This record gives sequence, structure tokens and C-alpha cells, in this order.
Amino acid sequence: MWKTARIGGLGALALILVLAPLGFPNAYFYDIAVKALFNAVVCIGLNLLIGYGGQISLGHAGFFALGAYGSAILTVTYKLPALPAMLLSALGVGVLAYLIGRPILRLKGHYLAMATLGIGIIIHIVLKTESGLTGGPDGMGVDPFSVMGFTMMGDRMWYWAAAALLVLAVWLSLNLIDSPVGRALRAVHGSEVGAEVVGVDTSSYKVMVFVVSAVFASLIGSLFAHKDGFITPDIGSFFRSVEFVVMVVLGGMASTFGSVVGAIILTLLPQVLTVVEDYEAMVFGGIMMGTMIFLPKGLLPSLVAGLRKRGGAAQ
Amino acid sequence: MSLLKVDGLSKEFGGVHAIEDLSFVINPGTIHSIIGPNGAGKTTLFNLITAVYTPSCGKILFDDKDIAGKKPYELAAMGMSRTFQNLQIFFNMPAIENVMVGHHLHLNRRFLPSLLRLPAVVRRDRECRDYCASLMEFVGLSRYVGADAASMPYGALKRLEIARALAAKPRLLLLDEPAAGLNATESREIDEVIKKVARTGVTVVLVEHDMKMVMGISDAILAIDYGRKLAEGTPAEVRANPAVVSAYLGAHA
Ligand SMILES: Nc1ncnc2c1ncn2[C@@H]1O[C@H](COP(=O)(O)OP(=O)(O)O)[C@@H](O)[C@H]1O
Ligand SMILES: [Mg+2]
Repeated sequence: MWKTARIGGLGALALILVLAPLGFPNAYFYDIAVKALFNAVVCIGLNLLIGYGGQISLGHAGFFALGAYGSAILTVTYKLPALPAMLLSALGVGVLAYLIGRPILRLKGHYLAMATLGIGIIIHIVLKTESGLTGGPDGMGVDPFSVMGFTMMGDRMWYWAAAALLVLAVWLSLNLIDSPVGRALRAVHGSEVGAEVVGVDTSSYKVMVFVVSAVFASLIGSLFAHKDGFITPDIGSFFRSVEFVVMVVLGGMASTFGSVVGAIILTLLPQVLTVVEDYEAMVFGGIMMGTMIFLPKGLLPSLVAGLRKRGGAAQ
Repeated sequence: MSLLKVDGLSKEFGGVHAIEDLSFVINPGTIHSIIGPNGAGKTTLFNLITAVYTPSCGKILFDDKDIAGKKPYELAAMGMSRTFQNLQIFFNMPAIENVMVGHHLHLNRRFLPSLLRLPAVVRRDRECRDYCASLMEFVGLSRYVGADAASMPYGALKRLEIARALAAKPRLLLLDEPAAGLNATESREIDEVIKKVARTGVTVVLVEHDMKMVMGISDAILAIDYGRKLAEGTPAEVRANPAVVSAYLGAHA
């Protein structure tokens, strides 16, 4: 049953991604769609950390920004091709996440939240102040993504690339969760000491998932930099970190598809809310509060549970 | 040769001597019970043996190897496994996966094969699932094989922890009050499970208040109070010990 749900879910996602452009009102919408899909991939990684591993990070926009600036600096300043630049940046972010993760993932709850918050803020400040390297608050331009003579041009092309990437990310995430590694990770969430006494090296698993989620953010950050063509330190701001967490929580913790739903809704919502102009932030906040009060498990898990109940009642 | 040797062990919690200068040995292939009133230090002793706590002084040898500086997961790899008085269930997971986590050390735990869902990993995982289902049957949980841990009653969760500990294939199994909170029938069933486990050659260390159970199945008993040894010996010897009678059995009679 799990197997059919898995394949079915992936198939449904692919189908939706293929059909979605038919409903795009204009070409500009591709741009928003790409942002939504990028956010979804970051959230899938973050969900592994938060939803499955039971940890928290309020600094993931920092890793996203490091990926973006890594690629920008390596390609613009050091003339490296885009792909190696992206992979090098991800490697660097992975190593950094490992070095930071080892000490701070011993912390729990609020303390871990504070520590990761601090990391995000430090990264943001460094990007702002190291203007020799990053261009400072004014930001820096980035060339389009090209690999072996082929250049990614236009939002349409980016849409298909991002869609493919999202399907890949969902597949990897589902694989991981339903494996010995993912099970150990979920066990860490359930009871650290319970997992430890049957042989799970809990601290390593926490660091592992922290690194994985940071690398997800970094890779997407790199692509974002190339796609947008211009980045500022604010892509790594605290607000962006919170936004990622809210997407994960809103979509539904420990639900890979939920993270996708959360990311897409929260990326599109501000666009829709432009009609209420001045009250945008208030309505946005209100929707978030309402969801958490009435659907505490998040959108997708609550929806699935609701459908199951109905199906059960009908039989 | 002893499987476990505890030597001059002490543990202090800010002035409270939970365990004080305790020494004893546990021989392989036996059921060894530890008894004592509430607060005697039994759970603390388990936490020290499994490296959840670090001793204030003294040492613990498992298989003649000093466990000082080892982590609980390393001891699990050496063949030690346990259950908890206060349940440590993974409530976010299905029951069977709780047991499968117990089998963690016997699976391919490398990151990439899991991430890519290599056929060998999937196959091995399916075998693991079958094996864990048989373990659930072994502890009398066959009807919960498809259940979520969060939906199971207390008594069943107690057994689920035993199944999880067994999935690690331990040589030394420590059970902290496995029958606490169970009715007489359930208690007898647990009793049977423990005997069956012991028959497979696993050395069992049992903390239990149910005296009928303890006296019936133990090869040896260690009685402690205020973290110190009160008496030690066969069930008959311990039952006859005046210190034990006044400190513990008397209070319950
Ligand atoms: N983590 C801890 N911190 C402080 N005191 C503790 C801790 N664990 C146990 N104790 C104390 O150690 C003593 C022994 O407790 P415990 O080992 O739980 O006893 P038992 O399992 O025999 O009922 C008690 O006085 C208890 O309050
Ligand atoms: Mg106790």
C-alpha cells in the first residue's frame, strides 16, 4: 500500500507540474511558479530536519544565501563554470553545516532555535559587510546558468528544470524516509534515548540531516542566483528563514508532499493578496494563525485525515 | 567469566547518593533480578550500565571491557539492550517500525544506498520487517503488527519495547519493570516472554516489583536500598535475608 501511495504521489505531482502551465494567466506567472518550486525543494530538505528529525533551524535562509553567493562569486569573480561552482558551494555549505551542526545540535528546543537563528543572522551580516566579495547591501549580478554550452534562458525553461528538480527531490526524500537511515532519523524524533540504546548514533543522525537540509538550501540558492541574475544579502535574512519554517509547518510536518503544498501556497499567497494591498501582511498572518489553530497538523495531513474519515463513514 | 561486572559503582545527583559503592557480577545465561523499594536506585543503575549516565566513580565491565567513555549506541553494538520504566516509544511511528529501529545495527545504514533506494536495501528492509513481525508475535503483539504505536494500550507498549530491544539481538537484556501497571494475566504473559527469551541464551537483568514473578523466574537476585547492596543470592537466600524482609518484602506484606 505504501508503495502505491509513493508511486501514485510522485505520478500525481509530475502530472500536476506538467499540466499547471495550462492554467498560468501570463508569462510572468512562470517566474512566480519557479520561485514556488525552488521554495518547495528547500522545504523538502528542511522538513527532513524539522518534520522527520524533530530538530529546528531558524537560519536556513543563510545556507540558501551562501549557496547563491558561492555560485555568484565563483562564477563572476573566479570565472568558474556554473555547475562546478554550484557543487563547490554546496560542498562548502555542507562542510560548514557539519562543523556548526556538531556542537549546536546537542542543544534542544528553544536553545537550538536560538543557535540556528544566530547562525542565520551572522551569515546575513557577513554577506552585507564583506562588500569587497559580495557587493555588500547593493548586491551583485550573476550570469545565467549554462552548462556545456547550453544556457538556461527564460522563465519557461527554468520552470521545467525546477519541476524536474522538485520531482527528484520528492523522490529522494521519500526514499530516505522509508529506509533504515530515515527510520533512525524518525526514531531520534520519537525518543533519543530509546533510539540510542538500540544502536542509533543519534548525534550523527542529527548532524547528517542538518547537513542534508543545508545542502538542499545551498543548491537551490545557487540556481536562484543564476535564474534571478541579481542577488542581495536579504535573500539570507531572518525573515526568509522564518518563511521556510512556516512553509514546512503550514504544509504539514513530517509530510514531504505537505512541504510542497506549503511552499507553493505561501509563495502564491502574497501574489493573490496584492489585491488587499495595505492589509497584505495582516491577512497573511491571519491565514497562518487560522491554519495553525484549526489545522494544527498542517494542511496536507489534516486534509488526508479528513478524507479518510469521510471514506470510512461512507462505507 | 562474568558477562557484566560492576565494581565500586557510585552515582551522585547533587548530594543524593542514588548508587553508592555497589559491586556485583552477572553471569551469562542467567536471569538476574534487581529488587528494592522505590527510589532505591534501580533505574539509575540501569542508566549507568547502559551509559545513559556516567558514574561518579567505580567501573563497569561488559564482556571484560571497561565501558567508561562509551556511548549507549556503542554498547548496543557490543550486545547490550534495554527497556525503560517510563516508556521510550517512538510514538511518531508505526509499531512495527519501532521494532525495526531495534534492528538498526543489522541493516545497511549507509546514506547513499538509502537515499537512492537501492534494491538490496529494499530487499533487506522487507526481510527485516518480516523478522520484526515475528518478534512482535513472540512477545504476543501479533494483533498490533499493523498498528500505530500511538494507538496502542500501555501493556502492549511495554511489550513493544521488549520486542524492540530483542530486535537488536542483545546478549544482555535489561528490563526495567516490564510488568509495572499490568494486570495479573498480562503480568504472567510477560513472565512467559522473559523465560522464553532467557531460553534462547540471552542474559536477562530484571527490575521488577512483582515478587511472585521475581521469585519464580530468577536464578539470582540482588536487593538494594538507598543505592547500597542489601543482599545477594538465590531467591530462597534473598527471601530469607532479614534485612531484605524488613526493608522491602516486609513493607509489601
Ligand atoms: N536524573 C536524576 N536527577 C536527580 N536525581 C535523580 C535522577 N535520577 C534518579 N534520581 C534520584 O536517585 C534516586 C534513585 O532513583 P531511581 O534510580 O529512579 O530509583 P528506582 O528505580 O529504584 O525507583 C532517587 O532519589 C531519585 O530521586
Ligand atoms: Mg525505577
